[in-house]
Amino acid sequence: MREELLSIIETNSRIDLKELAVILGVEEIDVANELAALEAEGVICGYHTLIDWDKTSLDKVTALIEVRVTPKSVHGYDEVAQRIYNYPEVNSVYLISGGFDLMVILEGKSLRAVAAFVSEKLATLDAVLSASTHFILKKYKDHGTILNQNPTDEREMITP
Amino acid sequence: MRNPLSDVCVAIKPSGIRKFFDIASEMKDVISLGVGEPDFDTPQHIRDAGIYSLEKGRTFYTSNSGLVELRMEICNYMKRRFGLEYAYNDEVLITVGGSEAIDIAIRAMVNPGEEVIIPQPSFVSYEPCALLAGARPVIIELKAEDEFRLTAAQLREAVTDRTKLLVLPFPNNPTGAIMERKDLEAIAEVIIEKDIYVLSDEIYMELTYKGEPVTIASLPGMKDRTIVINGFSKAYAMTGWRLGYACGPSLIMNQMRKIHQFAIMCAPTTSQYAAVDAMRSGDEDIERMRTSYNQRRRFLVNAFREMDLECFEPYGAFYIFPCIREFGMTSEEFATRFLEEERVAMVPGSAFGDCGEGYLRISYASSMENLKIAMGRLKRFVKKLRSERM
Repeated sequence: MREELLSIIETNSRIDLKELAVILGVEEIDVANELAALEAEGVICGYHTLIDWDKTSLDKVTALIEVRVTPKSVHGYDEVAQRIYNYPEVNSVYLISGGFDLMVILEGKSLRAVAAFVSEKLATLDAVLSASTHFILKKYKDHGTILNQNPTDEREMITP
Repeated sequence: MRNPLSDVCVAIKPSGIRKFFDIASEMKDVISLGVGEPDFDTPQHIRDAGIYSLEKGRTFYTSNSGLVELRMEICNYMKRRFGLEYAYNDEVLITVGGSEAIDIAIRAMVNPGEEVIIPQPSFVSYEPCALLAGARPVIIELKAEDEFRLTAAQLREAVTDRTKLLVLPFPNNPTGAIMERKDLEAIAEVIIEKDIYVLSDEIYMELTYKGEPVTIASLPGMKDRTIVINGFSKAYAMTGWRLGYACGPSLIMNQMRKIHQFAIMCAPTTSQYAAVDAMRSGDEDIERMRTSYNQRRRFLVNAFREMDLECFEPYGAFYIFPCIREFGMTSEEFATRFLEEERVAMVPGSAFGDCGEGYLRISYASSMENLKIAMGRLKRFVKKLRSERM
């Protein structure tokens, strides 16, 4: 049940216990216990809402920043990653294989705000060798959901 | 002028519920739970394989039996899924959907006057195909109390000296019934004792939600008596590609190939290339879709239980078959009124044989959101009907 439960709530975290129990074919109490266990084990780390901010009056820009860093002797990349992810404006930080080390995803109010973060906070860290910033122009699909899509049922009625 | 028509063809009854479908297909903003095909699109990698085959200019006919590559993949599949070994050269035939396979299997096997046993409610084409082949269809009425499974006793009662073939339509459209190993073993015993053959229509086999699916062909002594029909429409959401196949003893397959060769030539080439990819790397897609159907199935079973609407739990295909006898109307009347008042389309059970009267076929090949709205409306409708009858 664990994997199936996770794959359901990954795309619909608002689904209630009763419905989960029905579609998984188990008792409500079992779902509740499993969810509690998943939270305690840190498998479920949070419940988020997928928002298309472009459709609101709030202006936001999202930037992907490729960062090259010098790893520290004992802590490797962890220490510098922590320095970076502690900034509240930082959305995600991943250690990446290939041409650079850390992928930092940042949400800012404006281009200028992001630029200020990169030049004043990120680039000034001792371990950071370089930062290359890419701005997202349009989101087509996010967290497995296609944005701006109106599915229509094009199947035709067939007389049996 | 002379009558230009064939008596056999004219004698075949058109669908009795065509009126309902005329209304349903005209109406706008309807949630349709009447469609007998997956709501998923064909997985992208399978579509890509079809597109690449076109780009490479593979636009020729294939051999009559179908692409060797595809027949070999089908043999691999039958082996890994059911432990059955078929020879790709003369025991496998690629057809235009499972429907063509049904037609030519019956034509290859029956003589005029011989009997074909058809359990109903079931898919609508068995009976006309038998009639067109000059056979006499013998209907077995499946019963709700047997969960719409075919029992050995029913079969034994229907068999006569003229019986040639049994159509075994499981997992079943429209009831969602399945046959488990023990059920099939009982049937196989009668088949062998009475020396008849089986056309096992397994188009929904991958959509089995209880235990591992079993084909009657895998039971002792049954492989030589069984034509297995399957296809890509339901398992891989490939209905529009029109691709199916039949596996069976070469004695019968050779005759089927002959009809196929003269009537069809070969199945669509693009579809066959796509199907090779489906068989090689589509297992995960099947699993993903099956899991999703199963969640919706459980949702509907629970919804009917909450509405106190009589319904046995189906374990196959993507249909559920609730009973609406308590409302004192025919299934067509019920479906028409529900469509007009609540704008949800469901198929009257009577479309699938007289014994489907009193039931509705609801397809859960539709999004969970649609199913929720539809069940909300059904609940309201059922409440209204019950208060009318008080």
